[in-house]
Amino acid sequence: MTAADLRTHDYDVVVIGAGGAGLRAAIEAGAQKAKVALVCKSLLGKAHTVMAEGGAAAALGNVMGEDNWRVHFRDTMRGGKMHNNWRMAQVHAQEAPDRVTELEAWGALFDRTPDGRINQRPFGGHTYSRLAHVGDRTGLEMIRVLQDRAVHSGLDVHMECTIVRLFVVGGRVAGALGYFRETGRFVLFRAGAVVLATGGIGKAWQITSNSWEYTGDGHALAYVAGAELIDMEFVQFHPTGMVWPPGVRGILVTEGVRGEGGVLKNAKGERFMFRYMPEMFKGDFAETEAEADAWVKGDRKQNRRPPELLTRDVVAKAIVREIAEGRGTEHGGVLLDIASKQSPDYIKQKLPSMYHQFKELAHVDITKDAMEIGPTTHYVMGGVKVDAETQESTVSGLFAVGEVGGGMHGANRLGGNSLSDLLVFGRRAGLHAAAKRGAPPSIPDAAVEATVREALQPFERDGENPFAVQSALQAVMQRHASIIRDKSGLETALTELEKLKRRAQNVGITGSREYNPGWHTAIDLRSLLVVSEATARAALERTESRGAHTRSDYPDSDERQAREQIVIKKEGDRMVVRREAQPPLPADLMKLIKEGA
Amino acid sequence: MVEQRRFRVFRGTRQQGELKEYQVAAGEGMVVLDAVHAIQAEQAPDLAVRWNCKAGKCGSCSAEINGKPRLMCMTRISDYQAGETITVTPMKAFPVIKDLVTDVSWNYEVNKRIPAFQPRAPDAPDGTWRMYQYEVERPQEFRKCIECFLCQDVCHVLRAHGKHAEFMGPAFLVRAAVYEMHPLDEADRRSYLREAGGIGYCNITKCCTEVCPESITITDNAIIPLKERVVDANYDPLAALWRKLTS
Repeated sequence: MTAADLRTHDYDVVVIGAGGAGLRAAIEAGAQKAKVALVCKSLLGKAHTVMAEGGAAAALGNVMGEDNWRVHFRDTMRGGKMHNNWRMAQVHAQEAPDRVTELEAWGALFDRTPDGRINQRPFGGHTYSRLAHVGDRTGLEMIRVLQDRAVHSGLDVHMECTIVRLFVVGGRVAGALGYFRETGRFVLFRAGAVVLATGGIGKAWQITSNSWEYTGDGHALAYVAGAELIDMEFVQFHPTGMVWPPGVRGILVTEGVRGEGGVLKNAKGERFMFRYMPEMFKGDFAETEAEADAWVKGDRKQNRRPPELLTRDVVAKAIVREIAEGRGTEHGGVLLDIASKQSPDYIKQKLPSMYHQFKELAHVDITKDAMEIGPTTHYVMGGVKVDAETQESTVSGLFAVGEVGGGMHGANRLGGNSLSDLLVFGRRAGLHAAAKRGAPPSIPDAAVEATVREALQPFERDGENPFAVQSALQAVMQRHASIIRDKSGLETALTELEKLKRRAQNVGITGSREYNPGWHTAIDLRSLLVVSEATARAALERTESRGAHTRSDYPDSDERQAREQIVIKKEGDRMVVRREAQPPLPADLMKLIKEGA
Repeated sequence: MVEQRRFRVFRGTRQQGELKEYQVAAGEGMVVLDAVHAIQAEQAPDLAVRWNCKAGKCGSCSAEINGKPRLMCMTRISDYQAGETITVTPMKAFPVIKDLVTDVSWNYEVNKRIPAFQPRAPDAPDGTWRMYQYEVERPQEFRKCIECFLCQDVCHVLRAHGKHAEFMGPAFLVRAAVYEMHPLDEADRRSYLREAGGIGYCNITKCCTEVCPESITITDNAIIPLKERVVDANYDPLAALWRKLTS
């Protein structure tokens, strides 16, 4: 490596990832007068946040005045099966309204109530109508607003730049090394504060709503840097992904369809969700179709919510069961029907991109016919262990926020709590990262050179095609570490992942370093292997079923494990798993959860 | 149902390139992006292509398919006749980086120059505003823009005449329209649109509207109203009278 091959930049704060969380963190750090770099793996504005459809949950109380942060907190904890970091859930519920209102001050155009305020829609697991939204393209609106705010605040954006290593010197973050896709050249960012906002890990499965970027880079970077990961067994399988035709399998169908009155039916035409009411939620949901329909029609005082609005873990498992018991459709899904519940005009106004998506990709008119849907890998609740107040990880100066951060959502995330999570904790991460600025320790040249050499190794080998290894990994995770897990499957996954690690070390690349997706995939594989192993190990360790983690050999929840966290850490070359008790909830919050807000 | 389909894909760099032929086994419902991925996974791992959401929401996979600017993820292979070769080339209005990937950085520079959103003072003591659905619907249409830059690609001012230095292009007229028609905004972008933005270059041929994957009525709803605002702002009645008297 020659000096000309490596560009070096000095910043106060480097934010890795430019979805909602990264943008919000960068804006805040900039507002604190820090010199900020925003590094993104794709072009600016293409991050996964653009795909978020339903809305941002915030107890504004604009539609139902009874709502407040306590109810939102309670819903979040119950939805997370009491496994959440309670302080994060509290901060989130308390600060979300201000963060959403602030977006309006920055130009967001949310849908309105008749009296001119931000409208809110009902969503799974939320007691009241709570999601601020823009039709079914809320994420796009959010990212554009944040993007324009960010570019007008003078920070530097480094687009199509993938970070491959964090440097930690003397227990403190010192910087990050990456490469630009366009040229294949390396770049070193030196900074005393690094914020990971890299999103999730969904690309480790075959059926996923996630894009190519979602290879768990931030999780793996933090792990390799010595930070702890928690809750990696909790991966959310969204109940409604497209299933047909095969080319579109896994693409998300927003929960907003159910929020607007869509119902789930099996191939026999039965509305099956009434049969899957968990003990915890009995009494909170409609018990008859007539009651559910009356609620959808607007009579929300006299009637309870439809059971289609149960939490995602519950709905996804119900769908899997219906299919397993032979009541699925010919393509292995169930039906989601809104055509029989709402008028074509209403559907087109409230769910325009769903209408468009099914029309273009499946030749289905959702104002006339039902959609064929099934579960798809969507979101990881687990992530880097962070301090609830600051988002700082167990490594000094290293922060993690959004999907790459762990704890906020517990065992299952409520729809709408992700967009608000990005805003609330994005701001906090940016604030505290800026406060942490200061001259970083110097990074030894040898460490930089070794990292570059390792990244370039695939060019020197006539090895296996990296796409083949990636697709084998996805098959292993889909088969053995998906919605329903057991001991022998997870052990098989771990054995297979060991073989895949060896294959990954022998992949070869042809062509140049300029915009070479084969090479990018070879590098991403390293992250995928870390997060896949972490998920399988944590899932094997948790001998109970809770939220999104379901063990067929331990089908029930075990209260002794309720607040126990599976912690993963790198020690030498080994991935070490241990259990750690979470601090108990303060009595007043526990009372609130038990007795209602 | 799987059939063999013939593709021609541009392979090359800024300096040179050629169309290369590939055979792809096309299954039911496959889109052009799937075919490009199949080529990448099995035949050419270094084939460069941008993509993210694969659901028409992020606007990354823009290209020209049989000469038409389109999103690869929203173009079904079965829309082309059996036996018809499908040719995929990069967007023409931007310099090629490699294969199907173009250098679109100019667009981000243009966006940076548009005067930022400036809200009026809040309407309520709690710092919030009141806006009605009928007021927000017009700018909401422009907010559907996914920044795919297909409208920039098809616009002859950029594509044929290369006026990138003088004209912001339809995508950013749409962006300016979001804020110009935002019920809360108080900034004035008219001189920017007329001078640096070069709105006068648009001669409303509506090609941009035709290719927009989000069906934004770019010309009628965004550009023409902006042109009217710019003209109103620059209308000088004395000069007009003089021209009338002397013509």
